[in-house]
Amino acid sequence: MVDVPLGPAGLVPPAEVEDVELYHPHSWVTKYVFSQDAKVIAIQYSATALAVGLIALVLSWLMRLQLGFPGVFSFIDANAYYQFITMHGMMMVVYVLTALFLGGFGNYLIPLMVGARDMVFPYANMLSFWLYLLAVLVLVASFFAPGGPTGAGWTLYPPQAITSGTPGGQDWGIILMLVSLMIFIIGFTMGGLNYVVTVLQGRARGMTLMRMPLTVWGIFTASVMALLAFPALFVGAVMMLFDRVLGTSFFMPAMVEMGQQTDRNGGSPLLFQHLFWFFGHPEVYIVALPAFGIVSDLISTHARRNVFGYRMMVWAILAIGGLSFIVWAHHMYVSGMNPYFGFFFATTTLIIAVPTAIKVYNWVLTLWRGDIHLTVPMLFALAFIVTFLNGGLTGLFLGNVVVDVPLSDTMFVVAHFHMVMGVAPILVIFGAIYHWYPKVTGRMLNDTLGKLHFWVTFLGAYAIFFPMHYLGLIGMPRRYHDVADFAFIPASAHTLNAFITVVALIVGAVQLVFLFNLIWSLRHGREAGGNPWRATTLEWQTPTTPPPHGNWGNETPVVYRWAYDYSVPGAKEDFLPQNHPPIAPATAGAAP
Amino acid sequence: MSIIILFVGLLALIAGWWLARQRLAAKPWLEEGALGEFPGTEATALPAVKVGLGVFLAVVGALFALFLSAYSMRMGLEDWRSIPTPGLLWPNTGMLIMSSIALQWAKVSADRDDADVTKVCLVAGGVFAAGFLIGQLLVWRQLNASGYFLAANPANAFFYLITGLHGLHMLGGLVALERTIEKAWRGGATDQVRLSVDLCAMYWHFLLLIWLILFSLLTGWADQFVEICRQLLT
Repeated sequence: MVDVPLGPAGLVPPAEVEDVELYHPHSWVTKYVFSQDAKVIAIQYSATALAVGLIALVLSWLMRLQLGFPGVFSFIDANAYYQFITMHGMMMVVYVLTALFLGGFGNYLIPLMVGARDMVFPYANMLSFWLYLLAVLVLVASFFAPGGPTGAGWTLYPPQAITSGTPGGQDWGIILMLVSLMIFIIGFTMGGLNYVVTVLQGRARGMTLMRMPLTVWGIFTASVMALLAFPALFVGAVMMLFDRVLGTSFFMPAMVEMGQQTDRNGGSPLLFQHLFWFFGHPEVYIVALPAFGIVSDLISTHARRNVFGYRMMVWAILAIGGLSFIVWAHHMYVSGMNPYFGFFFATTTLIIAVPTAIKVYNWVLTLWRGDIHLTVPMLFALAFIVTFLNGGLTGLFLGNVVVDVPLSDTMFVVAHFHMVMGVAPILVIFGAIYHWYPKVTGRMLNDTLGKLHFWVTFLGAYAIFFPMHYLGLIGMPRRYHDVADFAFIPASAHTLNAFITVVALIVGAVQLVFLFNLIWSLRHGREAGGNPWRATTLEWQTPTTPPPHGNWGNETPVVYRWAYDYSVPGAKEDFLPQNHPPIAPATAGAAP
Repeated sequence: MSIIILFVGLLALIAGWWLARQRLAAKPWLEEGALGEFPGTEATALPAVKVGLGVFLAVVGALFALFLSAYSMRMGLEDWRSIPTPGLLWPNTGMLIMSSIALQWAKVSADRDDADVTKVCLVAGGVFAAGFLIGQLLVWRQLNASGYFLAANPANAFFYLITGLHGLHMLGGLVALERTIEKAWRGGATDQVRLSVDLCAMYWHFLLLIWLILFSLLTGWADQFVEICRQLLT
């Protein structure tokens, strides 16, 4: 350990930190495979998550083919359809979005943005990735298991999740799913401890909490939430595994299965729903908060303007983080719980709209009279604001019990959550990749391909999900395998479904352009230099790009200012990096 | 779910107390300047591993709070048949308390640089903890022998599940303790030994606390508390 002076004020890291603390790789394997460097782990996490995302994308194509052209594709029977929707949902929410934001961006950005050399527990960090990969492999293995993957719906509600009528219910599907989730959660806990403790203990000198970029605030708060929320899924998974394998009755009620009375009795399916949504709702914000943070930084950088209401943004992140733990039962209005609960949870749900709205206003006010550069990251950030607003507004509908009850289990719900936690965070992920790719590789992504990717994705997403609101309002249910022969679904709905499917195929295909861009630009992209966006945050101030193991060379940076000094009057350039010393002696002592 | 809400509320209080000291009302855009002008906002003087263990214990606490929430909700349904308290749990609890005391002793003597006493106390702590685990296995066998099978009743299932999970955490602790003993035996740098002993003691006290709460619930003393929690929710 490095000997550091301890004062009453706390830990003051010395100016020159010798590099002895880091484990230095000696071989190709320890450098690129079993690496303890957070940046390599970040790339491993991201690449794995993108691969899972590709599988989940193909699954969404398959389910759209069935919905748009029912009966045409004979290989998509009811079982296959349910397996597709289940795996698509679980993969996207847990294995793609959570893993990308926390494992990918968290690992890459936290140490660089707070001026640390690496995460505080690099070994646990490495284990975190390998457990994640194992979880992914177990999950994917269920495609090849007898009976195929589980088709219980991504919420895995018992009793149907483990009964014989559900695909995978009495086979390997559900077991592999639960085991995979448990491995994922253990792996995530190792990573999450790193993200949280690095922010707490690893910050560079002068990097007070209120000088951290909002990206770090978002990822930090989301990690704390995930550490507390994922155990709920873990508990639910363990108990359901007991029910399935050992014959206990935690969730399984007395019931008749295939004409036979089962030997279970008295279990409570509602209990699982409580546990699941105690995880499930914070999960929405675990995905959203990093997106909020990243978008704030993208907008500020590409509009050359400081973030409007930085303090309010921080407080809003904290408020959302806290409130998100007491809204879970708004997913359960139709579950038969006490009606007074509905009143309570509707109220908390509407309250959470307040800090969220503050953030949207602040983004718009940051743009107001800014020097807006319509770069690809900026386009994605702007698209996020609009999309999140759209999704958030339908959330107000669904948060109210009386409106939610008729809309439950219709395509309206599908449209809502895809807008708010599917499309919106994915737009941020794309924007963030276009923004930070130059730091990771030293080269820019191709701009033309980027714009093509953006416009097709953005407009396409609206063409897909806007009509779904209408389908939901006219009563088209979700999770129906074959919607062809229902009197209450008009012919126009079928036309609309076919249209949505065609657009979904196109939007899916354009992601291949993005993939091509990622690979092609590795070698052929324009040289980026250290700070192509002329941004203030520390990750752009590394001595070399891409940053080596240890990030900073001999001397870790000293921070003199907050993360948003753009267009400061009197400064030579239109941005002042965080490690830029005070410019005028007169303002140096302005601290109250 | 009220137990987990209480637990998260407690964590929120701690987080709020900490955040309140972090100058969250500062106006960073007005504050240029280097280190030292904003006392109290740097990282704490605690070693990172200790902070890490603290965060980890919060996660473990959440895990057990969730199991207890599920326990208290499931308990209210009519097929619940409580199991009699196995008498062996008492000596087991004693073992665990002794184990915790031994580790606390080890910590105190490590602070005093008394290496011999530290080693003896560490080993004693390990032996008592292993005794606790063996005792728990015996309890399982007794219950099984008298017909309280895992799948027969949710009360049994919860008993096996929760004690098993607690035992697994204990087992993980024993691995860490074993490495600490090795370190102490090799006579490694005193600073590192002291830190490891400190962390072990902290983990042990926490698991003891969890066990005492579990014990009071599983034996039915805390039924009234559970009843209150349940009524908050129904």
